[in-house]
Amino acid sequence: MKPRHKRIVLIVGGLVAFGAAAAFVLNALDSNIALYVTPTEVAAGKIPQGKAFRIGGLVKEDSIRRDNLTVHFVMTDTAKDIPVAYTGILPDLFKAGKGAVVQGRLGADGTFTATEVLAKHDENYMPPEAKYAVDQAQKNK
Amino acid sequence: MNNRLINWFRYASPQSFYPLAGRMIPWFWAFTAVFGLIGLWISFFAAPTDATQGEGYRIIFVHVPTSWMSMFIYLIMAFWAGLGLALNARLSGMMAQALAPTGALMAFLSLLTGALWGKPMWGAWWVWDARLTSELILFFLYIGFIALQAAIDDPRRADKAGAILALVGVVNIPIIYFSVKWWNTLHQGASVSLTKAPAMAQTMLWGMLIMALFFWMYTIAVALTRVRAIILERESHTEWVKEEVRL
Repeated sequence: MKPRHKRIVLIVGGLVAFGAAAAFVLNALDSNIALYVTPTEVAAGKIPQGKAFRIGGLVKEDSIRRDNLTVHFVMTDTAKDIPVAYTGILPDLFKAGKGAVVQGRLGADGTFTATEVLAKHDENYMPPEAKYAVDQAQKNK
Repeated sequence: MNNRLINWFRYASPQSFYPLAGRMIPWFWAFTAVFGLIGLWISFFAAPTDATQGEGYRIIFVHVPTSWMSMFIYLIMAFWAGLGLALNARLSGMMAQALAPTGALMAFLSLLTGALWGKPMWGAWWVWDARLTSELILFFLYIGFIALQAAIDDPRRADKAGAILALVGVVNIPIIYFSVKWWNTLHQGASVSLTKAPAMAQTMLWGMLIMALFFWMYTIAVALTRVRAIILERESHTEWVKEEVRL
């Protein structure tokens, strides 16, 4: 083997080994890398005890209720629901039926008290006319 | 060996690549100007307003192309670095060195525009989700590569050390790209990908693709300009550079 071939083999071998190591590490870290847990996971008790955490999901349709400065709404993944209370300013994209991520603590009564509410935007970009057409089509279904 | 192969290797020598790069640079600047003007016109005037985000969505015309470029430049940089390591070719190391600052700039612009978009849309400048964090690591990899090369005086040794860092960092690229699929993140999934129809209006898509071409052309023009400067600096002991500079 020429020295050049040896170097190529070393580089490729090194890359493969390093890639495999990284894959194992990421696999092991899996749930820790996730930004949030889903309402189903909360219901199953898969939440850090005594620590603040984030719940991600959809804001349930018709669940937003304002009570002075506090907003009450329900986070859902269509299987399980978690009631949330939040005092503060909501982002513009926060809407019923859209995605959101809330950070806070789960109370003893099962209500999640949020300290931060983030709106999650989806990957769809469309002009208002197209949005209107899509909404009409869904209504007529 | 046939003739074509010999011709290719001819341009692996800094001395013959230097004038070739010099001839190509004006063309790439011209393409940069053309695509930039068309792209910005579509981005600001032709593309419709987004239904939910309003005018603020227009930042994607810079955000998405710079994010693509930040990842792609890294792959090209690592390719050249690896080639230089394997074949001991001088020009490869210089190419990698020339690409790094532009890559860092793209990663920085991607993070900055993302933060500016994130505050009004999500409600936060920054969250530690997998997509944002891995892109930040990419930015640090560029900075680390530049710093490592600058810290070693002997250019051949600097190239080797940089190449190893660049190659190790490649593992981060698929992590950035697939992070929104592998883990739940606040960052949305890809609107444009090779495997499915794009999830955006036609004009918006065109604006984004032309802006991507603009950043491509800019990157090539800047990298070639920079590699010419690096060639002159590193080959300053040779006769042809002395001739060239005297002119």
